Amino acid sequence: MRKIVIVDDEPNIVMTLEYTFKKHNFEVYIARDGSEALEILQSVIPDVIMLDVMMPKVDGYQTLKLIKENKQLKDTKVVFLTAKNKASDIEKGLKLGADKYLTKPFSVKKIVSEINELLA
Amino acid sequence: MSNYVLFLIIIIYLAALFFIAYLAEKNSKSKWVNNSVVYTLSLAVYCTAWTYYGSIGIAANSGINFLPIYLGPVIAAPLWIILLKKIIRISKQHKISSIADFISLRYGNHRFLGALVTIVCLMAIVPYISLQLKAVSETFQILSDETSYVSTSVLDDSTFYIALLLAVFATFFGTQTTDASEKHKGIIMSVAFESILKLAFFLFVGIYVTYVLFDGTEDIYTKMSQAENFNSLTTISGFEEGFNWLYTIMLSFMAIFLLPRQFQVSVVENVREKHLKNAIWMFPLYLLLFNIFVIFIAWAGNLTIGNAGQAEYYALLLPLQNGNTFLSVLVFLGGLSAVISMVVVATLALSNMVSNNLVIPYGFLDYFIKSHPERNAKYIKSIRRISIFSIIIIAYVFYVNFSFELSLYSIGLMAFVIIAQLAPSFFIGLFWNRGSSNATIIGIIAGITVVFYTLILPFSLHAINGSDDLVQYGLAGISFLRPHALFGIDFLSPPAHAFFWSILVNLLCYMIFSVLQKGNYRERNYAEMFVDSKNYSDLQDGALVWKGEAYVADIKKVLVKFLGENRTERALNLFFRKYDLPLDTQMADARLINFSEKLLTGSIGSASAKILIASVVKEDEVSLVEVLKILEESKETIARNKLLREKSNELTKLTNQLKYANEELIEKDRQKDEFLDTVAHELKTPITGIRAATELLMDDDDDMPKEIKAQFLKNMLQDSDRLSRLIHNILDFEKLSKGRSTLNIKKYNIKNTIKKTIDSLKHIADKKQIEIINSNNSDLSAEYDEDRIVQVLTNLISNAIKFCDVKKGKIVVDYRFDLGYLEVTIKDNGKGVPRLDLPYVFDKFYQSKNQNIQKPEGSGLGLAICKQIIEKHNGKIWVRNNEKSGATFGFKLPFK
Repeated sequence: MRKIVIVDDEPNIVMTLEYTFKKHNFEVYIARDGSEALEILQSVIPDVIMLDVMMPKVDGYQTLKLIKENKQLKDTKVVFLTAKNKASDIEKGLKLGADKYLTKPFSVKKIVSEINELLA
Repeated sequence: MSNYVLFLIIIIYLAALFFIAYLAEKNSKSKWVNNSVVYTLSLAVYCTAWTYYGSIGIAANSGINFLPIYLGPVIAAPLWIILLKKIIRISKQHKISSIADFISLRYGNHRFLGALVTIVCLMAIVPYISLQLKAVSETFQILSDETSYVSTSVLDDSTFYIALLLAVFATFFGTQTTDASEKHKGIIMSVAFESILKLAFFLFVGIYVTYVLFDGTEDIYTKMSQAENFNSLTTISGFEEGFNWLYTIMLSFMAIFLLPRQFQVSVVENVREKHLKNAIWMFPLYLLLFNIFVIFIAWAGNLTIGNAGQAEYYALLLPLQNGNTFLSVLVFLGGLSAVISMVVVATLALSNMVSNNLVIPYGFLDYFIKSHPERNAKYIKSIRRISIFSIIIIAYVFYVNFSFELSLYSIGLMAFVIIAQLAPSFFIGLFWNRGSSNATIIGIIAGITVVFYTLILPFSLHAINGSDDLVQYGLAGISFLRPHALFGIDFLSPPAHAFFWSILVNLLCYMIFSVLQKGNYRERNYAEMFVDSKNYSDLQDGALVWKGEAYVADIKKVLVKFLGENRTERALNLFFRKYDLPLDTQMADARLINFSEKLLTGSIGSASAKILIASVVKEDEVSLVEVLKILEESKETIARNKLLREKSNELTKLTNQLKYANEELIEKDRQKDEFLDTVAHELKTPITGIRAATELLMDDDDDMPKEIKAQFLKNMLQDSDRLSRLIHNILDFEKLSKGRSTLNIKKYNIKNTIKKTIDSLKHIADKKQIEIINSNNSDLSAEYDEDRIVQVLTNLISNAIKFCDVKKGKIVVDYRFDLGYLEVTIKDNGKGVPRLDLPYVFDKFYQSKNQNIQKPEGSGLGLAICKQIIEKHNGKIWVRNNEKSGATFGFKLPFK
């Protein structure tokens, strides 16, 4: 089973994503911010990590940097899913090494197909 | 007391003065030396032995007539701010070192005029100095044992030695530099010190006489009022006496400006113009203090001694006759102080005049031109030193031969009347540009002639052969020509009478001849500079109009003779740099001529400076019309430049303002962008939730478990609420920050407002079992918008609920009166605000993520809105963490 870590501080949004990916046969891990995510990543090596940018404590950018430092996660894909949709924001995310940059609000179907495409 | 002891005391005292002067010279930059108190005290050189002893003599014999001499300066003092300031500015600009220099420069560096003024000053002041010496000698005799002692030869007269010591003192501290316009801080400091002493000792003896010998002022008054002549001593009797007063006041008013020693201390030795500000009230105060006890000492003397001939020395005799030798010595030293300061400053001022306006311009210029600079400096100093000694010795000789009969008061007044002859040219010359040098000379000579006939001649005749024929019958028996009653004016005292006629004649000559005959262009040039000094100080060296041919090298040669090679080089470099001229400029212009004359003025006087410079340049005649035209043009240029500079400054200021406004706009714009970004982000979050949940519900409707479906629907509702709350808050916040919402301010009782808020939140708190306590029950009214304050309270209390633990939570609301403010506090025992968050909690969209519930409910604007509301009330909102746990939010509203 493919593993996904969803990192977001908005419970309502997380709930929809969790439901969706479980339905598409993902093993879903939830983190409310970067530090929780990093904790999970100590024991889990997921196929994909879905990151929000604006989160308390450790934000998305910082989390990505820390993920990139971890050799064990070199095959893990990282996707930003955020409400920040300015061109400069997108450029910054991709430059930091994200594999995809998706924006909120999103279509659930689109998210699934993007992730599938990424993991194919 | 023995002669020798007394002489020893004098020597010690003089040594102390030397030491003070020496210290002051050494620390000439110190603030102890350069301040308005020292300046004011140096002005008190006005109070000579005449004040110290003479006033009492007058008070004893003719009542309050001693007062007008002090009323003139008191009236003059407020005018200093305008008049003396102008004089000081002109003098500093032109390096003027004496009143003779001042007047001769005003009338175009007129050599003869400078010499004439010097002679007038000598005529007035030398007898005056000799009277000071007389006071020393007489008081010395009173104090020493040998009361019958009369000096038989110069060599055993102590006064002679004292006079010599004073000459040494004046020479030592007065002729250190060749430039007479330099400051003499040592002398000024010692004068200031003496002014303190003479006042203090005079007050001592006043208090002693009034309160020790008598039973206070009333006692003296009662006893004195039984005397026969009491009335005449205390009143101004009638019209004639009034005129006497008026003229004497006018006389002393002029003297405070014109006396050489006063010009020296108030103008030449002035360090900073602003010292005048304090002097204008301190100096009159000094005079007032000096005059407080005069009348009482005089009356006490009349009552106990009663010897009218010795009335001038009552202050000394009273303690002496009552066995208080110590106090008499102090009084003697006070009188000596008054004498020393007067003699030293007066001889210094006179010697500068004699050397710069009399001796050098009339005989030494040729010599100087041929000689070396070092030798010239030595020569100039020698001339001054010889002048000082000569003046003092002449004064001494005058004292020995003539002054037995004369009182301090009469000689003092005579000096005033003579010096007053300078008044028309001096005062009117400052404000009237037509006054010419020839008219000045005629006026002064005519005035002096009148003084001679009406005052000096009768006086001298009386002193020499005791004859009063002239006074009684007039010249050649014509009663209209009686010296003390010219043309029948017989009601004035001799000095007032002489003053009236001499000034009238002098003034008329000055005015009439000035109008009849125009001065030459140079005179008119200086007249313009003096009269319009404010405008011309901008022009500086350009204020002198000069046309002709002159070489820098020639002028330099002259300067070197007096300043030496180095100083000349430095001065010229400075000049060229100031006017942006190349250092190897060949031809001199008007500015350099003017500049060089100024450089020389301090050393050799303005008249000599002009003559010397003129001797090496080829000057073309300029017509008066041309002078005025050129002056007008340069004044306009200056004015135009000033205007341009002002305009350019204004533009720079405007540019800066614009730049600042622009930066502010950019910052505002950035903030606006940021705000919109954050708003968009905040709006997107609930919309994302709603959109995703809706999509899932639509697509997976069939196989979605029922409870999940319900959860999604609940989430959607929650997100919708959040969305509308957010929109509402954003609009509210915008309205508040743009000032579009107005407060509905009325008087409310805060107790009720708090109760209202707590009641509405009770159900939420109860649900979480959190206790809200209103710990205060007192009525406290303030003016505010109740709905808005309820909004703030609701926000703060529900925030507190959010951060408190379930069941254990406790929120305390309190209020109190605090220095014109109503202060409300909301204290909770929750988590408190993270230290790093404290400064930002009232910023918009700053949400702490440490809330105890899963989902943040705030819009991020709650506290920002609270802050806006409180600030609109002119209040203040704050937060701090409690010592144990939780945070306290509070706000203050002003009482209106």
